[in-house]
Amino acid sequence: MRSFTFFLVAALVGLLVFVALRYFNNDYYFFAGYVVVQFIVLATAWNILGGYCGYVNFGSAAFFAAGAYSSVALHKFDPTKWAPSIFGFDIPLDFLAPLFPLPLPVLIVFGGMVAGLIGFGMGYLTLRLRGAFFAIATLALAVVLQTLIINWDFVGGARGAYIIRPAVAPIFGSYIHYLFLLMLSLAVIAVGIARMIERSRLGYGFACIRDDELAAEASGVPTLKLKLIATTISGALMGMAGAPFPYYIGYVEPGSAFGLAYAVNSIAMPMIGGTTSWIGPLVGAILLGTVQQVATVTISSAVNLLIVGVLLVGFVIVAPNGIVGLVQRRLREREK
Amino acid sequence: MGIQADLLINAIIAGLLLGGLYAAVTYGISISFGILDIVNIAHPGFIILGSYIAYIVNTRLGLDPILTSILVLPLFYWLGATIYQVYYQSFEKRGQEALRGLAFFFGLLFVTEVSLILVFGVDYRYVQAPYIGPSLHLGIMDFPLRMLVPFALSVAMFVALQLFLSRTFIGRAIMAVSQDQQALRLMAIDPVRIKRIAFGISIATASIAGALLIVIQPVEPSVGREYIGRVFAICVLGGLGSLPGTLIAAMLLGIVESLTATFYGPSWAPAVGFGLLLLTLAFRPAGLLGR
Repeated sequence: MRSFTFFLVAALVGLLVFVALRYFNNDYYFFAGYVVVQFIVLATAWNILGGYCGYVNFGSAAFFAAGAYSSVALHKFDPTKWAPSIFGFDIPLDFLAPLFPLPLPVLIVFGGMVAGLIGFGMGYLTLRLRGAFFAIATLALAVVLQTLIINWDFVGGARGAYIIRPAVAPIFGSYIHYLFLLMLSLAVIAVGIARMIERSRLGYGFACIRDDELAAEASGVPTLKLKLIATTISGALMGMAGAPFPYYIGYVEPGSAFGLAYAVNSIAMPMIGGTTSWIGPLVGAILLGTVQQVATVTISSAVNLLIVGVLLVGFVIVAPNGIVGLVQRRLREREK
Repeated sequence: MGIQADLLINAIIAGLLLGGLYAAVTYGISISFGILDIVNIAHPGFIILGSYIAYIVNTRLGLDPILTSILVLPLFYWLGATIYQVYYQSFEKRGQEALRGLAFFFGLLFVTEVSLILVFGVDYRYVQAPYIGPSLHLGIMDFPLRMLVPFALSVAMFVALQLFLSRTFIGRAIMAVSQDQQALRLMAIDPVRIKRIAFGISIATASIAGALLIVIQPVEPSVGREYIGRVFAICVLGGLGSLPGTLIAAMLLGIVESLTATFYGPSWAPAVGFGLLLLTLAFRPAGLLGR
């Protein structure tokens, strides 16, 4: 299937999901669905670097929070009260005032840019070294960013920040419907990008790096450049997933935006689904996301994190290629 | 000037003593990551486990936390050896340690933390011991015993490990396994067995480190996460696989953190270690005493 057709089909599926949820006419489904779809974006983004290139990113929460906090910062930003001065001249920004508050899609793009830049810088610092250093540095990144945010009063510091969500959105009626549709479009874009990468020169380059980086380098694959592209795309998508978060949750504090659940889930979902193709993270996120939503309501939120952890450890030991790998093996056996 | 100098000297002393704890926490990583090349990011999880065992025995039986940690050393050794066996069979043998091995340890860390939260809750726990509370005074310098005892123990651990690795047969075999496994095989030594022993020892150090941690500060399950970046920062800064480097780097980090906390405020301290790690990775990845 051509990429364009795939995008069309994916968009159609997304639209069907949206219409089906509206048919139920229960906002809870939208709130729960939003989280599941958000994990599709995170898992797919993680897999572009982790699954395709073989570089483990433990700092998904940092990229997610970078997106969330860039939204908070822009939400609080008031151009009439702040004038940058260059060479002693104050430049009034009043003329920007009619643009604020910025619409959510702009915030999403901005959050993606911030997180993408962080991903690029991070990759530039550590990707020239052995793979393990990158993984450790991503763990460190989450704590450094969290400390910076805690000490940054403008976005609320350790106290957190309230974002009043508008009650209604134009056209859609309920604001949560609007948020859900935005996240759904992000998921369609993320999965589409992942699939496009997989079948392009870029994807083959990534696979070379994953299988044998030294051999790839020796045969002329520009490994550092490709790895930087992967971290940037992956980071940007995670930031985009985080940007609407303050509007969804209404109150952001460092502890929730940097929650370990994001880091764990965005690793566990592709690992459980299968890391080699775009469908793995999708399957993993839908499955695990739904199970967690159900478990949070019926059992407790701590237990559902335990389930994810145990599943992750179990799957990497028993089924290294995830659910997709299991299904593929079954199909192959049937053919024989 | 007087008060500032006071503050400075005491901040440096507090940093040195804190560095002792950091070193104790890092020896295990130095062995597993530095020597065996196993990126055991679950190590802080085992340290917290050690803290909780010390806490349970201390509150139930009134036993000294450090004594307890020495008594449970065999248990931790066995735990480490078992984990290495699973790791070897599932990942190292198949050459999948890079991606899945890392995810495995990450999962272990997470499972330990969440299990501890489910059993004990997120309250801070602390222990009772005669050396918690009093402190020595030498002129303007303060040495709280609660810090001094762990510091002494950490140095003792360093001496013991260093002697073990350089003087005994198994210790030398462990150093050899990091250089050339094939050569080890030619000497009729099973590298997997040596690595299992080494990994067991690295997890065993977590027991003592855990007890030292809970002596110094109250512990809750997610404290371990703060230590992940710190231990790897120390390990990388000191130079992979070098125990003296680990000790020096730990003291350095302790002093820098303590100075930051004293002069800029404690909320900045966590970023110091991580910042140091990023800087080291960017400018001198071989570390201070690196090979």
